[in-house]
Amino acid sequence: MAMLSVSNLAVSRGGLPVLENLSFALDAGQALVLRGPNGIGKTTLLRTLAGLQPALAGTVSMPAESMAYAAHSDGLKSTLTVSENLKFWASVYATQDIEPALERMNLRGLANRAAMSLSAGQKRRLGLARLLVTGRPVWVLDEPTVSLDTASVALFAQAVRGHLATGGAALLATHIDLGLEEAKVLDLAPFKALPPEEGGMMGAFDEAFL
Amino acid sequence: MIALLIRDLRLAVRAGGGFGLGLAFFLIVVTLVPFGVGPQGDILARIAPGILWLGALLACLLSLDRIFALDFEDGSLDLLATAPMPLEGVVAMKAFAHWLTTGLPLVIAAPVFGILLHLPASAQSWLVISLLLGTPALSVLGTFGAALTVGLKRGGLLLSLLVLPFYVPTLIFGAELIRRGAQGMATEIPLLMLAGITAATVALIPFASAAAIRVNLR
Amino acid sequence: MSLWEYANPVKFMKTSGFLLPWVVGLAAITLVSGLVWGYLFVPAAENFGGSVKVIYVHVPAAMMAINIWGMMLVTSLIWLIRRHHVSALAAKAAAPIGAVMTLIALITGAVWGQPMWGTWWEWDPRLTSFLILFLFYLGYIALWAAVENPDTAADLTSVLALVGAVFAALSRYAANFWNQGLHQGATLSLDKEQHIADVYWFPLLLCLAGFVLFFIALVLVRTRTEIRNRRLGALQQRERMA
Repeated sequence: MAMLSVSNLAVSRGGLPVLENLSFALDAGQALVLRGPNGIGKTTLLRTLAGLQPALAGTVSMPAESMAYAAHSDGLKSTLTVSENLKFWASVYATQDIEPALERMNLRGLANRAAMSLSAGQKRRLGLARLLVTGRPVWVLDEPTVSLDTASVALFAQAVRGHLATGGAALLATHIDLGLEEAKVLDLAPFKALPPEEGGMMGAFDEAFL
Repeated sequence: MIALLIRDLRLAVRAGGGFGLGLAFFLIVVTLVPFGVGPQGDILARIAPGILWLGALLACLLSLDRIFALDFEDGSLDLLATAPMPLEGVVAMKAFAHWLTTGLPLVIAAPVFGILLHLPASAQSWLVISLLLGTPALSVLGTFGAALTVGLKRGGLLLSLLVLPFYVPTLIFGAELIRRGAQGMATEIPLLMLAGITAATVALIPFASAAAIRVNLR
Repeated sequence: MSLWEYANPVKFMKTSGFLLPWVVGLAAITLVSGLVWGYLFVPAAENFGGSVKVIYVHVPAAMMAINIWGMMLVTSLIWLIRRHHVSALAAKAAAPIGAVMTLIALITGAVWGQPMWGTWWEWDPRLTSFLILFLFYLGYIALWAAVENPDTAADLTSVLALVGAVFAALSRYAANFWNQGLHQGATLSLDKEQHIADVYWFPLLLCLAGFVLFFIALVLVRTRTEIRNRRLGALQQRERMA
């Protein structure tokens, strides 16, 4: 049973298609790393999967309310404490207990610190703790290890492994090593959208003007 | 939803949240007006309803760009949009939080400012009623303007240009209500119009604001 | 064969290119003949004086000022519902014309009002609501200019046009309530209750038609420019990606 399956997906940015004919599936316990150079459309793809922008073509199917999305930035409020930040998201996702998340991300000692006093790595850990708090099985992460040192990357990989072990799945976009050797890697370069005269698809908005 | 309200209130009250700035701005406007028009009590009393409403309008405008811009910058707006919560509800809650932190303090403090401007005692209750009924519409319409300009780098000035024309009906009926109340004239029409505008904007504008946010996050 | 075919930019360019000279010609003929008739061949009314002739510009401009927002409202709705680009661009093209029409109505209104009321500006509800309408136009144009992505801009301005229409109408009512004005009541109504004599009425009708045709011609030209702009943008972006 795939937790997330994508078939023939095409996504567009600024009115022109960037990726097309993209198909993949993600099962429970699996992690998939999306790779590709800057500008290939990793962020666009993840935002499309998260429902923030419409797909140009193709289908995305997953069980309802199963995805938790994390963007480049962690969405932390700097004047709130670590536990206040987490409690907010816990009540948004209707999961009450934040203790396990604090425990697993090694944040218990920092629970009453304001988020602005955290280091970059600690902030990222708090962002991941937010994902744990959502209780959603499918994590969709955009550049999760930016600004992390090696030790923090290891901690991150451990957190993702823990999530996979409990039946979760993760989709990660990155261009640096995550320390997740077991993850499948999908190179996005072959899916780059072609111009229509070379057989690429029509239908993006600005194509109407060409 | 309640959690979002509590979070926004907490953020407003914490350092740098800007709570109380609107009130201070209102005080400055009221202080400066007599310097501009002279200290004669009868003139001040006549223009007091307009000045107080204009002050409320500008104080409200002052904090509008913070409603979504901060959440947009730190990425929480993306996360809120993907959270299991209708975006219309998010927008409505943010407008409500904005009103609680800027509109409500003005309503409560208004009689003091009324005294400073020689507003007759008979008009004081109308001042409070009119602000209480009208300021929620200001917050909701301001949220709409903030939603339209959320992704823009220099959205502040544009936001004022977009939002202020929307404030015209509320301003007219709000100030007219105080004026008529002070003179003991019939107040039903401005009272009902003010309440009606507020009720309709609170009910409908969040849908437009949420649509604008969705477009801006795309 | 349906009307929606013209929503295709290429088809629209072709058809509008063919229509444009005819519309321009017709607009020029009606507008010039209407204005010449109105200004040179209609006797000055005794009780108003010569200033009444400003109606041949004032009334059509005022009518267009309101109706252009209505046209923007319709084209915005078409864009929101059917996602036809030409529709959104037509709304964008119409807005500055609407703003200028509002400005003309305001200025000619002041010119007309000066000898009648003895002041250039009176906070009369009708003049005031045109001022507010002008502000709405400015906001709409500024929002189009501020948003970079053209489709995002089209969506946002469409929502603004929608909500703005409601509030512009509401402001009109509020202004009426706020100051019962000195404007004469409806002197012109199409059911012709003979408020004004036929000698004034026919050249005015011609001017109204001229303004409408003039507006159509301008919108066609400006929409064609907008389409070319979009085409240019799309080509450049394609080039960058290749």
